[in-house]
Amino acid sequence: MENSLDPAPCLLEARGISKSFGAVRALQEVDFTLRPGEIHALLGENGAGKSTLIKVITGVFPRDAGVVRLGGEEVAPRSAKAALQAGIATVYQEVNLLPNLSVAQNLFLDRQPMRFGIVREGEMRRRAKALLTEFGLDIDVAAPLGNYSVAVQHVTAIARAVDLSARVLILDEPTASLDRHEVEILFGIMRQLAKRGIGIVFVSHFLDQVYEISDCITVLRNGRLVGERETASLPRLELIRMMLGRELAETTSARAAVGEHKVREICASFENYGKAGYVAPFNLELRRGEVVGLAGLLGSGRTETARLVFGAERADGGQARVEGASVRLQSPRDGVRHGFGYCPEERKTDGIVAELTVRENIVLALQAKRGLHRPLSRREQDEIARRYVKMLDIRPPDAERPVGLLSGGNQQKVLLARWLATSPRLLVLDEPTRGIDVGAHAEIIRLIRELCDDGLALLVISSELDEIVTYSDRVVVLRDRAHVEELSGEAIDVTNILAAIAADGAAMQEARA
Amino acid sequence: MTALLPRRGLAQILALVVILAVDRVVSPQFFDLRLQDGRLFGSIIDVLNRGTPVALLSLGMVLVIATRGIDLSVGAVMAICGAIAASLADSHGLPVVLAAALGAGLVCGLWNGFLVAVLGMQPIVATLILMVAGRGIAQLITEGRIVTFTSPDLVWLGNGAILGVPVPIAIALGMLLLTGAVVRGSALGLLIEATGGNARASELAGVGTRAMILAVYVWCGVCAALAGVIAAADIMGADANNAGLWLELDAILAVVIGGTSLFGGRFSLVLAVLGALIIQTMNTGILLSGYPPEFNLLVKAMVVLAVLLLQSPKLSGFAGIMAWLRGTKP
Repeated sequence: MENSLDPAPCLLEARGISKSFGAVRALQEVDFTLRPGEIHALLGENGAGKSTLIKVITGVFPRDAGVVRLGGEEVAPRSAKAALQAGIATVYQEVNLLPNLSVAQNLFLDRQPMRFGIVREGEMRRRAKALLTEFGLDIDVAAPLGNYSVAVQHVTAIARAVDLSARVLILDEPTASLDRHEVEILFGIMRQLAKRGIGIVFVSHFLDQVYEISDCITVLRNGRLVGERETASLPRLELIRMMLGRELAETTSARAAVGEHKVREICASFENYGKAGYVAPFNLELRRGEVVGLAGLLGSGRTETARLVFGAERADGGQARVEGASVRLQSPRDGVRHGFGYCPEERKTDGIVAELTVRENIVLALQAKRGLHRPLSRREQDEIARRYVKMLDIRPPDAERPVGLLSGGNQQKVLLARWLATSPRLLVLDEPTRGIDVGAHAEIIRLIRELCDDGLALLVISSELDEIVTYSDRVVVLRDRAHVEELSGEAIDVTNILAAIAADGAAMQEARA
Repeated sequence: MTALLPRRGLAQILALVVILAVDRVVSPQFFDLRLQDGRLFGSIIDVLNRGTPVALLSLGMVLVIATRGIDLSVGAVMAICGAIAASLADSHGLPVVLAAALGAGLVCGLWNGFLVAVLGMQPIVATLILMVAGRGIAQLITEGRIVTFTSPDLVWLGNGAILGVPVPIAIALGMLLLTGAVVRGSALGLLIEATGGNARASELAGVGTRAMILAVYVWCGVCAALAGVIAAADIMGADANNAGLWLELDAILAVVIGGTSLFGGRFSLVLAVLGALIIQTMNTGILLSGYPPEFNLLVKAMVVLAVLLLQSPKLSGFAGIMAWLRGTKP
């Protein structure tokens, strides 16, 4: 294809798109350009703004600023349906069709061929059959869509979109639940559509697939555009750096504080610990007063490792030890009993109980640990809540406010307080700074260091590499659901982490050179 | 003004006062009390007495609903336990009768809890099974007849009095205090509210959410059993077809009137019982007024609507409605 810098005719053009949710700026002045017949990968870590950008373009969210042009004309769809009518179709990871209706009915939903007010089933099936044959699919279109594999459902959704005369097709993580063969079929269809001049936006976190199928790549990070590059001329290491890193210079110096190498007491260790299809067996030692960072791309097995360590997921092999004694971690209760704490990534669904007060959320884990028959009196609860609201500077300092009304940063502090109140020996923090404003961000990082100095063992996951480099004593790098490298001491820097993530030999060499 | 009055419960107390006032208008003797044969009589006592089964059911139901569940089987459990009590009453002593009936309620609760907490079935479907099957079981126990009994001990449970207070009222009050002591005196209340508010998060915080869910269904079964025994004692017999019929709906209604959300979380035992009393006060009032009982259903629907409107977050509660009535925005 032509160089992406050429003034090729634009199919879809978004300029200066901004979108905020309350105080959180999800998108800031993002540009995005899609040319006819192009397969364009949209990449970024969780929270980078990919979904928000798609939803703004397709009218699911109203935008705060910016313009979207389709074929040179400005469009402002108010809903996904309006976007579809304008010619922008989206197929989400979770196919949004109706599994209980037949394939044909799904294809012609809302536009069934009619005669005298009656749906012409035969005609509809014949046309459905013809349509799917174009996509190389020969199936019984009268059978319910739900009977077919996710791959067939995806192709059906794509066929429907294309038949609705879509000019732009947005595929949001289409391959996440497909096997290798199905991915091939999907890619075949994508190439065929691109030849017809349809522009395809491909959102995925499988970098191999991105390199296999896409013509060019746009990377977002923290709601900002990092850049648009031609795929063929973008080395993988450079791409990962675009997705994860900040300016490398500013991070290398920040590590001065960490790094005295005294041998620390092991507080928990895991040997050959793993679960088939979840995360490959790993060895991990967690020591008092030490922060271990988990680095890797989205889907590399970071959260999975955290859940295994805490007991939220059962391992199917290996050995866990706490203070040298062998233990079984079958449930979060076991984890809590052994003095572990876990702040999950999804604060709202897995962390806070929104309608309960700050006080109740803080004492929850401690109370669960003490058991039913040893309730904390109201006075003890007030005392604990007051202590942590003050210590972590939770705002507003009102322990009787429902925690759902607090900002993200303060909710995160409430979760930290919940675990600190249990006097844990190990804290597992999954993306503790995600979706938090800048001030609270720095505070949480400071807290992580302080807790560590107090003798706690910490296991911290973050997509922000400079952040991990700042507070970690050791960094475990994950790729494809396996622990691939452990860095410690001087070796911890963004370049080395990136090299381990990118992992193909050439990229390593390049990084070290 | 919201600072002076308790936020929670205001709507319910207001509703009860209004209904009581209306009752006083339609029946001037409504608040009259008299003592006869060592037992108090009067419309107000009648309201409390008749309201006992639903009040007992709502005590269990409110905990189930707080965990984001629902128990449709309580009416059928009443029928089962009433049938067991009536069948055993004339051949066994009261302790055996009570133990058998309450034990049956406990088993029913365990069954429901097992389906919901262990097998992960949706509560509405899981308890529908026992709602349907339970009446059949009760009919098997009574062999399709209305079983009557004369055991004075059991009759006393329905019609006797302690210090002038009818026994059912004393039992309901006792159960309210007991449940309150267990739930709020231990950490159970907090953990139930956390489980209902966000089960995933609670599980990750180390709360034994399954045990919580199992426990509330068991308690709901025991409460239903007690209600069933009282209902049987009241009529000195067990009617497997009609005992507790549709009372599960009244119990759910009482809980909802009491301000506990069907989406789980925060709950109030006292307000749930107050909800049961509101329902019964209306029922009695309509009977006393001489209107045909058919009106009951319509009036009930309107009162429920009014109470729910007062609680609606869209109208931001009582203050919102006052502002709305005055024609200003809250």
